[in-house]
Amino acid sequence: MKNNPYIYILIMAAVTYSVRVLPLTLIRKRIKNRLLRSFLYYVPYVTLSVMTFPAILSASGSVVSAAAALVVGIAAAFFGASLFVVAAGCSLTVFVIEAILMFV
Amino acid sequence: MKNNIYFKGIRDSLPIALGYYAVSITIGIAAAKAGMSLFQSGLASALNFTSTGEFAGFNLIAACGSYIEMALMQLIINARYILMSASLSQKLSPGVSVFKRLVMGMGVTDEIFGISIAAEGELDPMYTIGAITLTIPAWTLGTLTGAVLGSILPEIIVNALGVSLFGMFIAVFIPPARKNKVIASIVVISFVLSYIFNKLPIFGFISDGTKIIILTAVISFFAAVLFPIDTEEDESYEK
Repeated sequence: MKNNPYIYILIMAAVTYSVRVLPLTLIRKRIKNRLLRSFLYYVPYVTLSVMTFPAILSASGSVVSAAAALVVGIAAAFFGASLFVVAAGCSLTVFVIEAILMFV
Repeated sequence: MKNNIYFKGIRDSLPIALGYYAVSITIGIAAAKAGMSLFQSGLASALNFTSTGEFAGFNLIAACGSYIEMALMQLIINARYILMSASLSQKLSPGVSVFKRLVMGMGVTDEIFGISIAAEGELDPMYTIGAITLTIPAWTLGTLTGAVLGSILPEIIVNALGVSLFGMFIAVFIPPARKNKVIASIVVISFVLSYIFNKLPIFGFISDGTKIIILTAVISFFAAVLFPIDTEEDESYEK
């Protein structure tokens, strides 16, 4: 049986939007519990780190260019480069290294 | 004043919009493969605005999965947004209206969450709404491009744009890690555990989305127990 693509899309959208918006609208007060506050304080750093590594290594055409982008990105961010510069630096690194690899 | 923050959101989201455009090209290709029309793929991206969720969703559509399966799958893959949304709720002034919360909620994606949480002190929802203004159209347009052009774009361009998303993550967690040794250690531990979790075959049955949830919950919990934030950090987070 072939299901209706529009129903699929609506289910996807309804679940995804609920998950995004319910905590934002339901939690209106400062959370007092120290453990929970600490937990939510650390969540962004952990989740962004976990999503970055090792996923970045397979985000480009080769592990070498991706690893170089990781190093360049960390160095640039460490020395205070802006979001745009860090992101562009990573992209440029991949572009340059893959261009070199093509001709080697 | 409000306008300034709105436009700052638009400006800061420019690299995200470019990255989204590149990533969503692959989403468009996946949608076309799943047999969706151009309109359907664009609609799916405009309404869902999530890479992992859409990828998995299109695969399930191609496999003619049930509606219940679709709902459960989206819930599990996107469960990390619950944590992000809860985390963002603590960055908002309690007086922020429900309407603004409902609008900015559309922007709870990995990257827009990243720049929103990085804002100094309290978060003005107009910042996140500014970021949505540019990124949702970029995401949708990229999907349409992918659905139409297929794989014509040179691979090197797609690769280069693809890593920019990770560059944005890095730009969010490295600066605080430089200032705070606890966060620095947590970043290193997260990298190591994430690597192990992804490479060991015994964890192969767990989806990527679920891995992110488990690691985030476990590592953040231990960090919270061992290093509860003191009043000083509390304040900087609340201001």
